[in-house]
Amino acid sequence: MSLAAAQAAARIDTGDTAWLLAATALVLLMTPGLALFYGGMVRTKSVLNMLMMSFVSIALVTVVWLAAGYSLAFGDDIGAGLLGGLKHAGMAGLGPDSVQGTVPTLLFATFQLTFAIITAALVSGAVADRVKFGAWLVFVPVWALLVYVPVAHWVWGPGGWILDHLGALDFAGGLPVEITSGASGLALCLVLGPRLGFKKDAMRPHNLPMVMLGAGLLWFGWFGFNAGSALGANGLAAAVFLNTLAAGCTGLLGWLFVEQKRDGHPTTLGAASGAVAGLVAITPSCGSVSLLGALVVGLAAGVVCSYAVGWKFKLNYDDSLDVVGVHLVGGVIGTLLIGVFAEKAMTGGTQGLLYGGGLAQLGKQLVAVVAVAAYAFVVTYGIGKVIDRAMGFRASEEQEHTGLDLTVHAETAYDHGVLGHGAPVSSSVVPSAQKVKSQA
Amino acid sequence: MKLITAIVKPYRLDEVKTALQEMGINGLTVSEASGYGRQRGHTEVYRGAEYQVDLVPKVRIEVVVDDADCDAVIDAIVKAAQTGKIGDGKVWALPVETVVRVRTGERGPDAL
Repeated sequence: MSLAAAQAAARIDTGDTAWLLAATALVLLMTPGLALFYGGMVRTKSVLNMLMMSFVSIALVTVVWLAAGYSLAFGDDIGAGLLGGLKHAGMAGLGPDSVQGTVPTLLFATFQLTFAIITAALVSGAVADRVKFGAWLVFVPVWALLVYVPVAHWVWGPGGWILDHLGALDFAGGLPVEITSGASGLALCLVLGPRLGFKKDAMRPHNLPMVMLGAGLLWFGWFGFNAGSALGANGLAAAVFLNTLAAGCTGLLGWLFVEQKRDGHPTTLGAASGAVAGLVAITPSCGSVSLLGALVVGLAAGVVCSYAVGWKFKLNYDDSLDVVGVHLVGGVIGTLLIGVFAEKAMTGGTQGLLYGGGLAQLGKQLVAVVAVAAYAFVVTYGIGKVIDRAMGFRASEEQEHTGLDLTVHAETAYDHGVLGHGAPVSSSVVPSAQKVKSQA
Repeated sequence: MKLITAIVKPYRLDEVKTALQEMGINGLTVSEASGYGRQRGHTEVYRGAEYQVDLVPKVRIEVVVDDADCDAVIDAIVKAAQTGKIGDGKVWALPVETVVRVRTGERGPDAL
């Protein structure tokens, strides 16, 4: 072992590294969890397509992240806190001996990668049932590089303008993950237009147990997402872990309370959505608010988001699975409430309105929220329009009507027999080798 | 002979079956059905959005009986299926020209 390698090994904390390895795997599991959460909410005819949009995001974002994304987000700042350099493109210069804080840099880069993956996958919920699959394959890598990566640099990159210059706080991704995905989802659903039959047909979620399972996996993974963002196995990670649990619970209760009062029934979809809304809102704030703050943040998100998901019907945008209503609105609530509930014991200095810090922090949080939401919306709208011009972003009417599972993937999720949604009724199996056999 | 068709609430099926067995009716056909009458459908709420579901699930029971038994069988079905609430269903009877038992080729009332 060289001297440099020996010094690096000495700086790596094995406890921190072990926790972050586990946390990274937890966050990666959130994307399949999200796929199930979303998949259960669409109709039977396009559930596989919904799952696929999340799954391919894992592959696509990983490739662009390793190629350039990590370096642009977390490389040394090239000026004004706007973007990192290309020094580590292709992970150049990084090996087993590279250290970031007390953990290996390659692990830190992988942990951050899992955030980029789920953010891209989150956007798909706004455009369920109607995306041309090829266009999605182009959109995800371009979007990851042009939207996610810059915002991640602003917030967490070395010298990024939001945390390092402005002084706004975001512990685990209210800005780069929740608000970015929400504002991007809004932009993309405006580019694509509503699903056929929006506001006319009953588009009932086809599998609520699947939604509950997905929400459970998301919640489980969220402990890695938030507590892993402490980047160490320590007391802060424990406080964040507890805040995460607390906010998910009050989010769930808040949403159910509204449903009972407003609709007369507490629903499973409401419970799953409320927990997710609470978790979204605690994401930015989990590392800065007190436990009381976490309980209030979760409750506020559960109550407000349960109304926000209805806005699309009044304002006529088909954010199919409520990325705006849950992630944008929940993310804004959580990011802003840092300005109210930030506590010195958690932040090490910054205090919110409730603890005598005045309005200063709230103002900083507001600037960050507006800047990120506006950037994500505008750039995503631009990317969407360009792809739409170049290759068409929307599936054909016939494909959408029949269902993308059958028309795009040549599969159906369930065997419904002759009364199903158009599954081919076949009495014999023709191996594809036979089908393409030459006539000559 | 008469074909009696009963559309009833799914959860009354066992009671109807038991009632018919007790009066010696040896065969019936059950299928899942959906439809609506005065009950209309019901409302489901997903994330606050209300969906009107027009067609409610029911079961359709079909049984062919001798003319003499028809009224008694209808009464038994109605008694077993009745809950007194809206949506209990309907029972009707139609004349049947012929019935054949496939296994033996017997025809008419002997085939019942």
